[in-house]
Amino acid sequence: MTFINYAAREINCKIVYYGPGLGGKTTNLKWIFGKSNPASRGKLISLATETDRTLFFDFLPLDLGTIRGFKTRFHLYTVPGQVFYDASRKLILKGVDGVVFVADSQAARMEANQESLKNLQSNLKDQGYNLMKIPYVLQLNKRDTASAMALEEMKRQLLIKNEPVFEAVAHSGTGVFDTLKAIARMVLVELRKTA
Amino acid sequence: MPTSDIILLEEDFRVIRDLIQKLRNDANARVVCLVDRNGQQIACVGEAEALDTTALASLAAGNVAATDSLARLIGEKDFSTLYHEGEKDNLHLSIVGGKVILVVIFDERSSLGLVRLRVKKHAGELAAALEKMQQRSVQARSGKAGTSPFTDITDEDIDSLFGK
Ligand SMILES: Nc1nc2c(ncn2[C@@H]2O[C@H](COP(=O)(O)OP(=O)(O)OP(=O)(O)O)[C@@H](O)[C@H]2O)c(=O)[nH]1
Ligand SMILES: [Mg+2]
Repeated sequence: MTFINYAAREINCKIVYYGPGLGGKTTNLKWIFGKSNPASRGKLISLATETDRTLFFDFLPLDLGTIRGFKTRFHLYTVPGQVFYDASRKLILKGVDGVVFVADSQAARMEANQESLKNLQSNLKDQGYNLMKIPYVLQLNKRDTASAMALEEMKRQLLIKNEPVFEAVAHSGTGVFDTLKAIARMVLVELRKTA
Repeated sequence: MPTSDIILLEEDFRVIRDLIQKLRNDANARVVCLVDRNGQQIACVGEAEALDTTALASLAAGNVAATDSLARLIGEKDFSTLYHEGEKDNLHLSIVGGKVILVVIFDERSSLGLVRLRVKKHAGELAAALEKMQQRSVQARSGKAGTSPFTDITDEDIDSLFGK
């Protein structure tokens, strides 16, 4: 749900990072926060457990620049990946404009990736969205791990609609901004279609 | 899309801002903000300079969303207001027009009773103004009213954002 504010001359879009627990969603936002110009970003808000697992959400507001005199402002959210936080995940998806799925490349986590992807599809459906129709990007994170699965195999198991795919190592920044740019671009293009 | 986009025009914004300013004065509140249920800030008035209102909006919406789910869990439709009491400052959250969250921050210069009373008094007018904003958003999307500045953005416009 984009919010076009003529009074403040800005447009706000909501992007949600989804995926299995410990996949690196929060790490993506931390990296973006650390590398963005302080003037163009707000505080990173993390509602987390004592062990740094996301409890409700992370939130980072980020200005990407100006189009036609309008500030384009993205609200980045992560969901808690742990299975039992499903009620919270549903809430975060409300009003979403684009989704980044952060998959964990470690072989042992493939089942968790698939479960989380199914969960995303059904939670979106509950909110009246169709994953096949909304801006969507797949990030294969933790490419640096010893048990990382082959790229083609991961794609075979996780691709749902020819979405852009990015390999990432989120804690050192690889692929993080490429992923963000891709989803931001898709959301803006969508805006042109529906505007 | 299930939730409709919000389009806030300058004139609607002024009406809404004036209304919450009036509420702020009447209630002796420090800050009054309007936030949509998805966490977007619509308008804020008062001693808001030192306040991160973007974060406030997101957290208020998260708070309301979570308590709404709690309400449904125990068989209530929703909790129409939330109140958080601090040592100096207090936070009063309520839903106006079913869609928008009204956030009132107040200290010892006011009281919960007064805030409740004033919120009730102004809620109707505010709901009407928001309804108008809503209608305008619907019109704009069907291309009747002021069209979006984004209908004719080009690939170059988007590229320029990313410094390509
Ligand atoms: N080796 C490696 N570790 C990573 C990578 N990205 C993140 N991590 C680590 O993985 C752990 C979990 O990362 P988080 O970002 O907290 O994971 P999350 O997806 O937010 O997890 P939940 O909040 O539980 O859903 C942290 O210790 C990160 O440092 C990566 O690319 N490679
Ligand atoms: Mg997390």
